[in-house]
Amino acid sequence: MKVTIDGIEIDVPKGTTILQAARMIGPEVAPPAMCYYSSLKTSGGYCRTCIVKVTQGSAANPTPMPKPVASCRTEVMDGMVVENNINAELLEARKGVVEFLLINHPLDCPVCDQAGECKLQDLGYGHGAAATRFEFKRREYEPIDIGDKIKLHMNRCILCYRCVKVAEQITDDRVHGVISRGDSSEISTYIENIIDNDFSGNVIDVCPVGALTDKTFRFKQRVWFTKPLEAHRNCDKCCGKTRLWLKGEEVVRVTARKDQWDEVEEFICNSCRYDYKKTSDWVIEGPAPIHRNSVISQNHYQHLNELKLQALKQQNALGFMPLDKKP
Amino acid sequence: MGKKLLIHNDKVPGIDTLEVYRAHGGYSSVEKALKTMTPDQVTDEVKKSGLRGRGGAGFPTGLKWSFLAKPEGVERYLVCNADESEPGTFKDRYLMEKIPHALIEGMITSSFALGAKTSYIYIRGEYFYVARIIETAIAEAYSAGWLGKNILGTNFSHDCYVQVGAGAYICGEETALLESLEGKRGNPRIKPPFPAVAGLWGCPTVVNNVETIAAVCPIINMGGEEYSKIGIGKSTGTKLISASGHINNPGVYEIELGVPVEEFIYSEEYCGGIRNGKKLKAVVAGGSSVPILPTELILKTAKGEPRLMTYESLSDGGFQTGTMLGSGGFIVMDEDTSIVKNLFTFARFYHHESCGQCSPCREGTGWMEKILQKFLNGTANESDVELLWDIQSKIEGKTICPLGEAAAWPVAAAIRHFKQEFLDVARNKKFIDVSHYNRLNKIIA
Repeated sequence: MKVTIDGIEIDVPKGTTILQAARMIGPEVAPPAMCYYSSLKTSGGYCRTCIVKVTQGSAANPTPMPKPVASCRTEVMDGMVVENNINAELLEARKGVVEFLLINHPLDCPVCDQAGECKLQDLGYGHGAAATRFEFKRREYEPIDIGDKIKLHMNRCILCYRCVKVAEQITDDRVHGVISRGDSSEISTYIENIIDNDFSGNVIDVCPVGALTDKTFRFKQRVWFTKPLEAHRNCDKCCGKTRLWLKGEEVVRVTARKDQWDEVEEFICNSCRYDYKKTSDWVIEGPAPIHRNSVISQNHYQHLNELKLQALKQQNALGFMPLDKKP
Repeated sequence: MGKKLLIHNDKVPGIDTLEVYRAHGGYSSVEKALKTMTPDQVTDEVKKSGLRGRGGAGFPTGLKWSFLAKPEGVERYLVCNADESEPGTFKDRYLMEKIPHALIEGMITSSFALGAKTSYIYIRGEYFYVARIIETAIAEAYSAGWLGKNILGTNFSHDCYVQVGAGAYICGEETALLESLEGKRGNPRIKPPFPAVAGLWGCPTVVNNVETIAAVCPIINMGGEEYSKIGIGKSTGTKLISASGHINNPGVYEIELGVPVEEFIYSEEYCGGIRNGKKLKAVVAGGSSVPILPTELILKTAKGEPRLMTYESLSDGGFQTGTMLGSGGFIVMDEDTSIVKNLFTFARFYHHESCGQCSPCREGTGWMEKILQKFLNGTANESDVELLWDIQSKIEGKTICPLGEAAAWPVAAAIRHFKQEFLDVARNKKFIDVSHYNRLNKIIA
């Protein structure tokens, strides 16, 4: 099936969604996706950031679709013409969606462990407005405890439903879900319960924001000060292929490996994630590929020290007084 | 006096019992359909009648039925949408309360046409007493052999069940209704697939409004051709209108489609004019989600023709100068009504009823309510009018289900037609009496 996205034509198999077709072309035409996750069935369609304009439905029926459609849940038709980044009206609509996602987000990035690898930060930077028009108190939830491994921070949640789908499809027991409705919906276990089974840790990896974070990594380190390494071990529960996040020689965090679209390649079990925090437990394969534009690739720890030294040298040369010596 | 087909017997004592209903010609459509017609012939009659969905969207019913996938060996279902929750709409309640057998008769005939062995009536939770009435009627129908195995000695068997909802407006959206019926959280599904292909438990399903299903009985009795002669153009038949607001005779009226709006508001037969001799200010013609229209546009179209109670005439001029027939919730407002306060009421409703699945509706409806609250508090600025307009434009058309539009349209229309009033309130030239809300809040607290 031939589909044209932003003027670029591509041949894709039947059943491909517009979003997948756009990803095949490349990141320059791929719409952002906050809730869609290719390895989770029935995910997507909720956040509406991936909306695109279909200007020609198909070769057989060339009428345009009246409303923007969610590209993650719309299958391509032969001869379909799609506009994404070249349609100003659509970009304005997407800006609106980003604004909706942000009006009740606490924007506590300075104390959020997800900062640096947060999809909402990327989205806001790429598609959002510089200032908010929302002047009311942001939504707040009563914190609930879901166990000693996962921290649920509901104020940051954008209700993408990914963690619900993971619990349904990856683990054998779902004890959490969405309760209440409208803007008071929340991810919760309803009756206070612990989310704990062999694969429960994967909800951390799929969470696009800082709503579900690793409690064992909490406030330990900013991600851009850590060094990601690909590693593996023999595991009888999962594939054992992971990414280690090192600070110096210490393994501060273990996550699953993520691909170009920030999606987990293979889900890992909780013992790989939490129980093996020594480099000697792992076979190190080498540095993890991190996108050049990611903040993580810019400031590896040693590198930062060099930068600091450079800055100090410059300041000395210009005659600045060092900060700690100021009166 | 217009023709009445649905509620002509509503004043007959005991019409809610099978005996009296049968004595007044009830269940004759089931007899006619099962004994003398094939399912396809029933569908053809409905197609010929030009009947359009009475729930709000006005989609041709016969066409909807013909879209139903009919794979071998797969169950098909008919689901009756009795989750009537649109503010200003109470026609289905009246019909079910007064003549419950009309709905059951329609369910049997329609199920025969669709080949459905099982059907469900999904009633909103607040109508629990209506559910009891319907359940009593179903029990009567079972004992008289109208439901169950081999109805009237034919090989058509049918079971009908009542399911009570838990009080969510969103469960009136057909896919959310199906989710709720399956026992899940009432979130709308992402379409496609449409229910006609994969509906209830993944099987082909038709979801119809109460009034639509009840209208199938007169269509079969009198023939589709005859039915299509009632009304004007593509708006055929009769329609129940629930009239409310500042009128002398609020209530449910059955009209022949094509009655002029002016006649409907002012004639003694229907609304009986505006209460206390006041002037008309605005009308919401089809339930809270359709655009509000000021006097000059509701009585006459932008072209100067008199506006009629039909699908086409009411939507003449698009949303710039028109509205929709919708579900038939006809809300009349007199000259003393504050459009701002009215809009706040609607916005609060949609905020409360948003399911929270997709972000524009979840966040936008609450935001709009908060801004409208500012107008009521007297703290709004002129720029807030522009902001409201911008927010509604960013919700409309970007959501999974039509609730986003239902929340955005009233805001858009109120600003489009009554912008000056919003500006006056923002400049503190106009005072809004909110004592009613204060009392209400106290009661809730």
